[in-house]
Amino acid sequence: MIIKVLGPGCTNCITLERVTREAIADLGLEATIEKVTDYATIAGYGVMSTPALVIDDQVVVSGRVPTPTALRELLNTHTG
Amino acid sequence: MSIVERVPTTRPAQVGTLAGVAAVWVGAYVLNGHLWGWLLHDAFGMDPVARLTESLHFFVYDTIKIGLLLVGIIFVVTLLRSYMSIERTRALLGGRHEGVGNVMAAGLGVVTPFCSCSAVPAFIGFVAAGVPIGVTLSFLIASPMINEIAIGLLLTMFGWQITAVYIGAGLLIAVVAGWVLGRLGVERWVEPFVFETHLGGQLIDPSARLRFDQRIQIGVEEVASILRKIWPYLLVGIGLGALIHGWVPTTFFTTYAGAGNAFGVLVAVAIGAPLYSNAAGVMPLVQVLYDKGLPMGTLLAFMMAVVALSLPEMILLRRVLKPQLLGAYVGIVASGIVAVGYLFNALLT
Repeated sequence: MIIKVLGPGCTNCITLERVTREAIADLGLEATIEKVTDYATIAGYGVMSTPALVIDDQVVVSGRVPTPTALRELLNTHTG
Repeated sequence: MSIVERVPTTRPAQVGTLAGVAAVWVGAYVLNGHLWGWLLHDAFGMDPVARLTESLHFFVYDTIKIGLLLVGIIFVVTLLRSYMSIERTRALLGGRHEGVGNVMAAGLGVVTPFCSCSAVPAFIGFVAAGVPIGVTLSFLIASPMINEIAIGLLLTMFGWQITAVYIGAGLLIAVVAGWVLGRLGVERWVEPFVFETHLGGQLIDPSARLRFDQRIQIGVEEVASILRKIWPYLLVGIGLGALIHGWVPTTFFTTYAGAGNAFGVLVAVAIGAPLYSNAAGVMPLVQVLYDKGLPMGTLLAFMMAVVALSLPEMILLRRVLKPQLLGAYVGIVASGIVAVGYLFNALLT
């Protein structure tokens, strides 16, 4: 699974990366996390509000940091 | 488990919780209005007309009052705004022509949940979807300038007339500035990579498919995140307000910056534009300066200059706008604010 955290480096983007790493560790998933900070690439995903989370090239969250529970649900539905 | 994950999931429990919280809020607001006068004057025996007492009273009373107002306003606004999204706004603006598009963009700028930290991806997203540059700029000008926190605070402190004036003036500036910039043919002053960006992926609309408890949760999170961000500005603003309230004589401001001073508005905008603060930090100052006799047009111009023109946002927008366009943007918005300041000084006196 390839997870991308989209955001130019705002506070929320850093938070999103942290909670994503925690959720992956909790669930014991195999995943690589990439940070995408380039505006053209971010906009290329159709994302207009950061931070955003992309799992296997699919945008699943945009504009906010989800709660740890919601994030685990999202990750589970994508692995299942 | 955080507070936001304890929101009840059944509708009656949600309504009950919200009603309970609202009752506590009203109680605290009313208590705050009486507590400090009693505590400082009666319990501590401080002289009610001494400068120190007046400043101290202003500081504690206003800090708590504005804090409570912010919590209430941000929560309600965020809850309502969770039904809107920038994706939906873009869909509404796509294919609109200038003119009608500018008016719609300015209006949507007020209601769409939008953080200026997302100004760049939003700009690219709008332009790539075929929204004209001038229309996009109307949105980007209106969004910070007509600020929901400012609306809420103005409404409670100065009443609906001043609030309506503020909203109307902000919309007018956003529409006219965006339209003028669009007329200038500014495409050549936009960084070329914006036009080369292709929108891939599927669009998700974050406002769709949210349950009501998730919307409450978003509201609570937003209150916490905004308060965390703005409390230093708020304390500095109220602190300055308290000092002016207690120590600066009214004649000082009416002599040097009153309605009689032809340069009052220009000076207010020149001071306000480079200042980076939040509407919540400016409002206590606006209130105390108004009490000291400063004209409302000057104060509205000052507030708009502080919130609409901020250096961090300009630095962000430089990624997509060339210096010429950025300069024109700042110049036109600043002139609009100055014009509005003079207009309302003339109308409101």
